[in-house]
Amino acid sequence: MDPASVPAPASPGPATAPPGDLAIWFFILAELLAFGVFFAAYAFARALNVALFDTMQQTLDRQAGALNTVLLISGSACVARAVEAVGRARSATGARWLLGGVACGAGFLVVKGIEYAAKFEAGINLSTNTFYMFYLSLTFFHFMHVILGMVILVALWVKTRQGAYGPADMNGIESGAAYWHMVDLVWIVLFPLVYVMR
Amino acid sequence: MNTRQLNTVWAILLVATLATWTIGEVGKHLGIAGPPAMLTLLAISFVKGRLVVLDFMGLRGVKFFWRGLLIGWLLLVSALIATAYWIALT
Repeated sequence: MDPASVPAPASPGPATAPPGDLAIWFFILAELLAFGVFFAAYAFARALNVALFDTMQQTLDRQAGALNTVLLISGSACVARAVEAVGRARSATGARWLLGGVACGAGFLVVKGIEYAAKFEAGINLSTNTFYMFYLSLTFFHFMHVILGMVILVALWVKTRQGAYGPADMNGIESGAAYWHMVDLVWIVLFPLVYVMR
Repeated sequence: MNTRQLNTVWAILLVATLATWTIGEVGKHLGIAGPPAMLTLLAISFVKGRLVVLDFMGLRGVKFFWRGLLIGWLLLVSALIATAYWIALT
């Protein structure tokens, strides 16, 4: 075959659409909007009552918050490795990385559960004060997203083990992974805002 | 993203988390407190969030529109937090 007749590969310009299904990205944007409003509400509520927020923040378990950041970041890294492996047709490796992501998510839920238990034992609830109203509702809203993210990861794990995804069919795993990274992204803002900033 | 790049991003995120935690634990003794601490924490979370968006979510090679939406969200939230913090100071 005359080499000149082989068409030059198209220049790899920027992809027009993000990885995964477009629908998941609209969902992610809606979630980010909700969390963004929540974060701003927290910050402005603090501005109205700095002394209360700064005092109450000292009663939070910052070690647990930091450990949970490490768990979510590591979970996100595991899922990114899973997508990379499946993209090279290594489903078995991808499935193992997904399991790693599930383990990190489970670790997050355990740590957060211990944190909640300590607070409830201390008699703290939504009506304790404005700070705890925000702390409990904001972190619980995020907690529910971690649970949904784990359900998605388990579903991806089952399908990846069956070899349902591969270099030619990345849509499902990329969509689920994007959601999981969103849960991580939100915590990356939440941890310094609620646990550290004063 | 190859595995080495993903591992590098992971390591950077862990180091950045350690930095955030350190500011919370001993920031005062290091002279990082008040507004400088707030700005440092926001900068760290922006760097972390940007890496998650670009490399984990895989938006680095995607049209600016999508990167702009997510990184714009990070910037907007950071700006609102900084504004509220500034109001609290005055």
